[in-house]
Amino acid sequence: MNVSKRAPNWSRVRLHVVSGKGGTGKTTVAAALALALAKGGKKVLLLEVEGRQGIAQLFDTPPLPYQESKVAVAEDGGVVYALPVDPEDALLEYLEMFYGIKRGGYALRKLGAIDFATTIAPGVRDVLLTGKASEAVKRGEKINRPAYDAVVMDAPPTGRITRFLNVNTEIAGLAKVGPIRSHADSVMGVIRSARTAVHLVTLLEEMPVQETLDGIADLQAAGLPLGAVIINQSRHSELSAQELAMAATSSLPADELRSGLRAAGIDPTEPVLAAMIDEAADHAARVALQDSERERLAACGLPLLELPLLSGGVDLAALYSLADALTDQGLPG
Amino acid sequence: MSAPHLSIDALLDDPGVGVIVCCGSGGVGKTTTAAALALRAARRGRNVCVLTIDPARRLAQSMGLTELDNTPRLVPGIEGGRLSAMMLDMKRTFDEIVLAHSDADRAQAILDNPFYQALSSSFAGTQEYMAMEKLGQLKAQSATGEHWDLIVVDTPPSRSALDFLDAPKRLGSFLDGRLIRVLAAPARGAGRMSARVINASLGLFTGAMSKILGGQVLRDVQLFVTSFDALFGGFRERAEQTYSQLQAPDTRFVVVAAPEPDALREASYFVQRLEAEQMPLAGLVLNRVQQVRLPELTAATARAGAERLAGEHSLVAELLRLHADRMETAARQTHLARSFTGAHPRVPVATVIALADDVHDLDGLTEVGDLLAQD
Repeated sequence: MNVSKRAPNWSRVRLHVVSGKGGTGKTTVAAALALALAKGGKKVLLLEVEGRQGIAQLFDTPPLPYQESKVAVAEDGGVVYALPVDPEDALLEYLEMFYGIKRGGYALRKLGAIDFATTIAPGVRDVLLTGKASEAVKRGEKINRPAYDAVVMDAPPTGRITRFLNVNTEIAGLAKVGPIRSHADSVMGVIRSARTAVHLVTLLEEMPVQETLDGIADLQAAGLPLGAVIINQSRHSELSAQELAMAATSSLPADELRSGLRAAGIDPTEPVLAAMIDEAADHAARVALQDSERERLAACGLPLLELPLLSGGVDLAALYSLADALTDQGLPG
Repeated sequence: MSAPHLSIDALLDDPGVGVIVCCGSGGVGKTTTAAALALRAARRGRNVCVLTIDPARRLAQSMGLTELDNTPRLVPGIEGGRLSAMMLDMKRTFDEIVLAHSDADRAQAILDNPFYQALSSSFAGTQEYMAMEKLGQLKAQSATGEHWDLIVVDTPPSRSALDFLDAPKRLGSFLDGRLIRVLAAPARGAGRMSARVINASLGLFTGAMSKILGGQVLRDVQLFVTSFDALFGGFRERAEQTYSQLQAPDTRFVVVAAPEPDALREASYFVQRLEAEQMPLAGLVLNRVQQVRLPELTAATARAGAERLAGEHSLVAELLRLHADRMETAARQTHLARSFTGAHPRVPVATVIALADDVHDLDGLTEVGDLLAQD
């Protein structure tokens, strides 16, 4: 099913940034990726940066506080921690860490200064969020005991991802020198390195695929390190090419349908036959669309990973099965 | 419990409805819904303008939107009424406001300021605010010159549907906030805070900001704030005016969602918010709903049948599994829709079945319009 056989080699990647068009399920995919990376006793941090508590909902836990909390376990003692990064808290933490400003936080907040720094000063909000990711990646590195084996970020959507990650360019327009600039530069050091991979989640539909291809071009132009394209909600087909061709033109052999249905204990009445033929035609159209969209994606040269559509929706069990699907396709590589 | 039916044609034909705002979280088909509603209203004889935010390229082209010139253009070949369409250019809309309210030199100083540039092109709430500004402009334009019976507005692709309502106020209160006042003119910024507190906080603030951003940034902010203040007087007031036009009696909201937990949760928040703000909700459009053929063949029967074939009749076995998948998807979606209706029993709902392909031409929009209006 994989068009690209090039297995991703992510052995050096510590920061996985997961983006994708709205509605493609990037939070689900980020969570499944974190579970897959945690297998084999690894410790993984899953970061959320858009303040929606989507991770808590996925893992069926109460809203998460601004602290790294254990949300799931994986085989052989693997653990996934989650952290919803809030720019305000990240700023206060940053001020405290680098400048020893602690008690001023309240006054700054009251004055609207925190609001100011985190909402309007261009790039500051983003550098605080990406800065938290890069801090988690680097934590413990100096003593050769990294705090996390991998950090997975549920990042902003494809339309905004390049600007979001390209923080030092944004900051450069504003602050030519100064500490925020050097902070941005050090964050960029992590993001632009082989330690980072940006993955784009898509559905095999025209608009998400187009947005993915545009996003890839933008990320490449900005010199950001690309990982894989992760196809979500892919419909698998057991039908042969010949059967699909017949299904598409509603010319499936009626005799075979009748005898098959009878053997299955279902009375092959006209409505049943008509419904089967209609559904098969829908399915064939869907598969054809998927194939052509997959081909468009394959042309971008990135590894393609594929996750199945789950008709029962996404719950914790489904997350584990999606994680297994990623492992089956060569992850963590 | 079934939801009341949202009659799309009654909504589109109602002469008392002048504005329809389509909102919902990202990726649920807002743009397509807005365009389909506008096209259908035009075909039904109304003179319609549709403001789209970020249409897919081919859909934009099909409506004649080949360039982003920030003004409505007549879509050719529509019978019945008239349809004009436009794409929002948020930076240009902001620039136009600045240019319209200021002399050339002062306008240029603002346009060149790095904070203005950041605010007008990348601030998270600007697109939402500019969509509302543009709606205001279109309404004014409609009253004085080019007349439209109906303006249909798409909203920006934010993660949370509430952003559309909150961003302008946030932007307004920020630009008009205490900090900005203090920065702009320390002497008159005191308000309810004592001068001593202000000075202490301000010292702390400028200290922190200089440390983090550098002094040049602070000077840019001050310059930006002073010129902006001179330009608009009160930004908050402007944002409130813009906001209040959404409470006008001829406005209707259409909340768009897909039958997924996230999208319906956002839809539910939005409905609650509209109620709280007394903004009129026309109803919910539920897109991409799994169509069910042959509901009497249950998922369980189909799956059991496929099992029974045990490797024989592989074609039929696969078709039965596909049918079971569809039934399960449909059951899950029905359950989600029921939860929404349970919480909001009086909100009318229109459902649109999932189409095999993306919509990128007027025929596709017509089809969506037909599905929307189906009983």
